[in-house]
Amino acid sequence: MAEGLYKLTACKIRDLIEKKEISVDDVVGALTERIQKTDKKLNALISLEKADLKSEVERVKQNKGGALYGVPVAIKDNICVDGRLTTCASNILEGFRPPYNATVIDKLREKGALICGRANMDEFAFGSSCETSCYGPTRNPWDTDMIPGGSSGGSASSVAADEAIAALGSDTGGSIRQPAALCGVVGMKPTYGRVSRYGLIAFASSLDQIGPITKDVSDCALLLNAISGYDPKDSTSVDIAVPDYTKSLKNDIKGMRIAIPKEYFVKGIDKEVKAAVLNGIKTLESLGAKCDEVSLPHTEYAVSTYYIIAPAEASSNLARFDGVQYGLRKKGKSLIDMYKDTRAKGFGSEAKRRVILGTYVLSSGYYDAYYLKALKVRTKLKEDFDKVFKDFACIVTPTSPTPAFKIGERIDDPLSMYLSDIFTIPANLTGIPGISIPCGFTKKNLPIGLQILAKPFNEETLIRTAYTFEENTDFHKRKPDI
Amino acid sequence: MKKKIDVEYIANLARIRLSKKEIDGFSGQLADIISFIEKLNKADTKETPPTTHPLPLKNVFRADTVKKSLTQEKVLQNAPEKRETSFKVPKIIEES
Repeated sequence: MAEGLYKLTACKIRDLIEKKEISVDDVVGALTERIQKTDKKLNALISLEKADLKSEVERVKQNKGGALYGVPVAIKDNICVDGRLTTCASNILEGFRPPYNATVIDKLREKGALICGRANMDEFAFGSSCETSCYGPTRNPWDTDMIPGGSSGGSASSVAADEAIAALGSDTGGSIRQPAALCGVVGMKPTYGRVSRYGLIAFASSLDQIGPITKDVSDCALLLNAISGYDPKDSTSVDIAVPDYTKSLKNDIKGMRIAIPKEYFVKGIDKEVKAAVLNGIKTLESLGAKCDEVSLPHTEYAVSTYYIIAPAEASSNLARFDGVQYGLRKKGKSLIDMYKDTRAKGFGSEAKRRVILGTYVLSSGYYDAYYLKALKVRTKLKEDFDKVFKDFACIVTPTSPTPAFKIGERIDDPLSMYLSDIFTIPANLTGIPGISIPCGFTKKNLPIGLQILAKPFNEETLIRTAYTFEENTDFHKRKPDI
Repeated sequence: MKKKIDVEYIANLARIRLSKKEIDGFSGQLADIISFIEKLNKADTKETPPTTHPLPLKNVFRADTVKKSLTQEKVLQNAPEKRETSFKVPKIIEES
């Protein structure tokens, strides 16, 4: 029975353990073997300390049950786990062991989940390819010459390759949805404020949100149930009731009005991606949805707006990495020298680039021209969405303009890398929830993702629409040959 | 026309020491990024208020009561250098 257990979903694993057909040890054993076999090729998991896994298993066994009982979850390396290495894939946090848990970790453990590994990522989540990690790039299980997407590339790659049953990622401009699309799995960015950010090492505080990456939509609902909710430790988490998202797993979208924004199907989008998403829209129509073209006229400004706001917030958030309280310290003659040398040595190129860009747009004389202007355009983007959601339940778009690209292809051209997030960024700027689900494959067998967006706190609509699509297609059942 | 950005000056504000090679590389890349983001100037925002946050947030208050917090030992567990109950840093004040 234990053979091939790693292939199962979280729901299935939990049920089998509940029925006593398998044990937690069986699951962990199967997964450990799988990781040993495949992770040399993928580099998706960066620290899995054996002693830690043992203590996780022991801890879970004390639990009586729970919706995620015995389910091993990989955790992106920017989410704090008490006493365990948490590095953001950056040299500057070398050896850092947080003194507390992120709220999502406490919540997952409460439901019986166990942490099976730390997922690789772009350094400080700065990137769309998982290449800027100080531990080296993660690879895409569908083609190991390709990037898995980013920044939660390790989370998506490990779930796609069955090295983890599910994973948590974080999404600031598409960092859950884009790698989920490129690896052929399900990834959701919840509404800003739905999930506590306490213990998530901050990138851009007004954009960051933690969310699940899973093998199917049912698992997405299960994980979302576990991690959602108000947290007094995060004053931006919202105190409204959390519905049972598994109740939205309904195969029914009859009469649902879906908006298709024309600005998301313009030139520059890969032909195969466009065809697969348009096909997906046809499928939704055949299932009873009413799809109409709409306009989100400020879409063309989203990337520019984001690359002002996100680096601005990042430059301020990363000021804390100065060699005083944790991580790397390079000794200097003066305090300023210590700061400068520590940050020179500790940050990789993209982190330096973003901190400098953020400092520039906030600096005296440029604040109004860049930062304030971006905040105003942010309002415009929000108004675009508000208008569409008056008449439509959700919006369907491609998740990423292209399938996975080659490792190294865009790493020296930051602007082309930034454009990978063109379709995912608007949801972060406006706070709305979004999900990416598999909707097809290219001729070269690379996955393609379809993104669904909804009104704030309408994750139920996302889950219902995504579940209906999944029940009537089988893209999510295909597995990479790794 | 591309804007010239004084990367060395900005890096000093950001407290990052850059090599000559990094300064040259970043200058070109940042000029490209800045000229790209300047397309925002096309957007008409004369009457538009700024959005600093996706949610309409209000101040969050709590009762001023003492709660359990991290121990000093835990707070200092990652310190690169410490002395007794403090983080240790290079001398800040010059001797006169």
